[in-house]
Amino acid sequence: MRRLTIGAVAFAAAGAFSVPSYAVTEIQWWHSMGGSLGERVNSLADRFNKSQSEYKVVATYKGTYPENMAASIAAYRAGNAPHITQVFEVGTATMMAAKGAIMPVEKMMTDAGEKFDRAAYVPAVAGYYTTAKGEMLSFPFNSSTAVFYYNKDALAAAGVSKVPETWPEVAAAAAKVKAAGAAKCGYTTSWPSWVHLENFSAWHNVLFATENNGFGGLKGKLAINTPLHEKHMANLADWSKKGYFEYAGRTSQGDSKFSAGECAMFTGSSSAYANVKRNAKFNFGISKLPYYTDAPGAPQNSVIGGASLWVMAGKPKGDYKGVAKFFSFLSQPEIQAEWHQGTGYLPITLAAYELTKKSGFYDTNPGTDVAVQQMIVKTTDKSRGIRLGNFVQIRNVIEEEMEAMLAGKQDAKQALAKMSSRGDELLRRFERTAQ
Amino acid sequence: MDKRVVFRSRWVPWALLAPQLTIILVFFYWPAIQAVVQSVFLQDAFGGHLQFVGLENFEQLFGDPLYLNSIRVTAVFSVAVTVMGLVISLTLAYFADRALKAKLAFRTLLIWPYAVAPAVAGVLWLFMFSPTLGVVAHWLKNFGVTWNHLIDGDQALLLIVLASVWKQISYNFIFFLAGLQSIPKGVLEAAAIDGAGAWRTFRAIVFPLLSPTTFFLFVVNIVYAFFDTFAIVDSMTSGGPGQSTEILVYKVYHDGFKALDIGGSSAQSVVLMVIVIALTFVQFRYIERRVQY
Repeated sequence: MRRLTIGAVAFAAAGAFSVPSYAVTEIQWWHSMGGSLGERVNSLADRFNKSQSEYKVVATYKGTYPENMAASIAAYRAGNAPHITQVFEVGTATMMAAKGAIMPVEKMMTDAGEKFDRAAYVPAVAGYYTTAKGEMLSFPFNSSTAVFYYNKDALAAAGVSKVPETWPEVAAAAAKVKAAGAAKCGYTTSWPSWVHLENFSAWHNVLFATENNGFGGLKGKLAINTPLHEKHMANLADWSKKGYFEYAGRTSQGDSKFSAGECAMFTGSSSAYANVKRNAKFNFGISKLPYYTDAPGAPQNSVIGGASLWVMAGKPKGDYKGVAKFFSFLSQPEIQAEWHQGTGYLPITLAAYELTKKSGFYDTNPGTDVAVQQMIVKTTDKSRGIRLGNFVQIRNVIEEEMEAMLAGKQDAKQALAKMSSRGDELLRRFERTAQ
Repeated sequence: MDKRVVFRSRWVPWALLAPQLTIILVFFYWPAIQAVVQSVFLQDAFGGHLQFVGLENFEQLFGDPLYLNSIRVTAVFSVAVTVMGLVISLTLAYFADRALKAKLAFRTLLIWPYAVAPAVAGVLWLFMFSPTLGVVAHWLKNFGVTWNHLIDGDQALLLIVLASVWKQISYNFIFFLAGLQSIPKGVLEAAAIDGAGAWRTFRAIVFPLLSPTTFFLFVVNIVYAFFDTFAIVDSMTSGGPGQSTEILVYKVYHDGFKALDIGGSSAQSVVLMVIVIALTFVQFRYIERRVQY
């Protein structure tokens, strides 16, 4: 294990020293965007580098989100941190708690004299990365949210004429799909905790954790042990037993089950759009997340997933000027709109959304605006987002208990009680390390 | 006359040993000491906040029923992998050694899986057992078995055991085959003349003469099951469903590198280290005595 760290540090060090220094200031940017997303990232860096001659952004792919985060932290501890690193949303609280290690983006922008307007950003996106006082700490880069995908052909073959809008309708449609043999499975999901508890809570305007989901401080506890959450969990267990719902795994496994035509409906990230579009050999549609009609306040807004760009502390002042310039470059509506349309990630500024709308993109690509529609409403204290320490482990705990429930080892009530007690222990532990 | 080569100088032996010692110090002792040190601290991921907590990380571990469960899973897993791996490869080696035709082809085919990376092996098995699309899952359905390792913990454990055993069979096979070939033909012929059947020959002659190889493989396989199966677990189940396949080494990785709980993860690696030291001690102290060299 430890060898990995040493390796990462040695590699980082080698990278830092082997680059000959010119008058151009280099800005190191570590990210987790592989494949076609990686090409887009490189193109962004290239275009910025060509647009001016003082700074050079060097984008480096560092593996998956957890890998990049671990590498960045190891590099920081060894004094070789990159200027910019991309951290996924569940790592947000860890980064925020690392006060000496990060440079707040808003402060950096104003120090460097770059234009920065809080109101320009989509509130539900920027809110995730903003302190209680309203200061934006990291730069939202690739944000997605959970949406509902359905196979139009399979639903038609099963005689489902109306797109399901509520969870009972999803179950009824799944039953019809199964009965008609229109697909092997009715409904599946990617990212179970994110979709079925985190987004579920915000969408129904109820808390996921106390202290406003952790935005109010480190003393929060999980608040998912409620009748509404229990009803949904019990339903999932029931639908799984009846074969309407098929559990696919903890990450994005649901995506391919849907695009392969195996499951007729699925909930997953809006950023799965590009892949689904490429792979699906059937007509599909996207609509808003299902909800329960008897919950007051539903549907509210969904919460984001994806990642933001964090600036690491301890670099020369001049370097930050370059980082600030690069962020201004990234914030341009044209760049943002291009990123949004090409990837399925959310536009982070309102201007980018307007620009995309004006270009007619949503009309030619129906469904791509669903994610935006879900996010663009005014958020409440309960729905702004989730900011919990040790969140990676908490998600794991939630998914473990969910799996035990689906296996019939415990009922929904027991599962939620265990998620809460185990999750709270992790929260208390984080509270102590962050003081 | 003394024919031994003797170093007159004091430092030459050390200089010759230095490269190896450096490697051991840097890649083994230093990280091990670091793990011990970090296991008594509570710290945030960036190392900005460090608090000495004594044995609290350990207390927490052993007070956690899930950690005890992880120990149990590891025990079941490593015993299953070692026993199944040794039995199957010994059987295969025995027959491959006796095969009259296509000897070389059998051997080559049996050695192949060793060239497959653990993560790739994991994905291969995952494909075959995929609950909705997998060939084996489909085939099992005909026998009335519903295969879904994404929900059923016992099936998931069985699956990683199968993949890990399959991956290790080649390695065991090569050693067993070499061991079998080094058994003098004369002994076997003598047994045949005495009228011993195949099973009797195996039990009374082949197996005892193979015992050094078996012991060596036993130690290697236990270590393999404890540490090297990490990639298989990571690519196949990530420790789930529930915690049914969360073996100790995977938990160390997950808590340390994904969840960034450095103190807790270090405490776990110290425990793991102690377990492996204890196991190795037991193996050499008690089992090795029965080995006939």
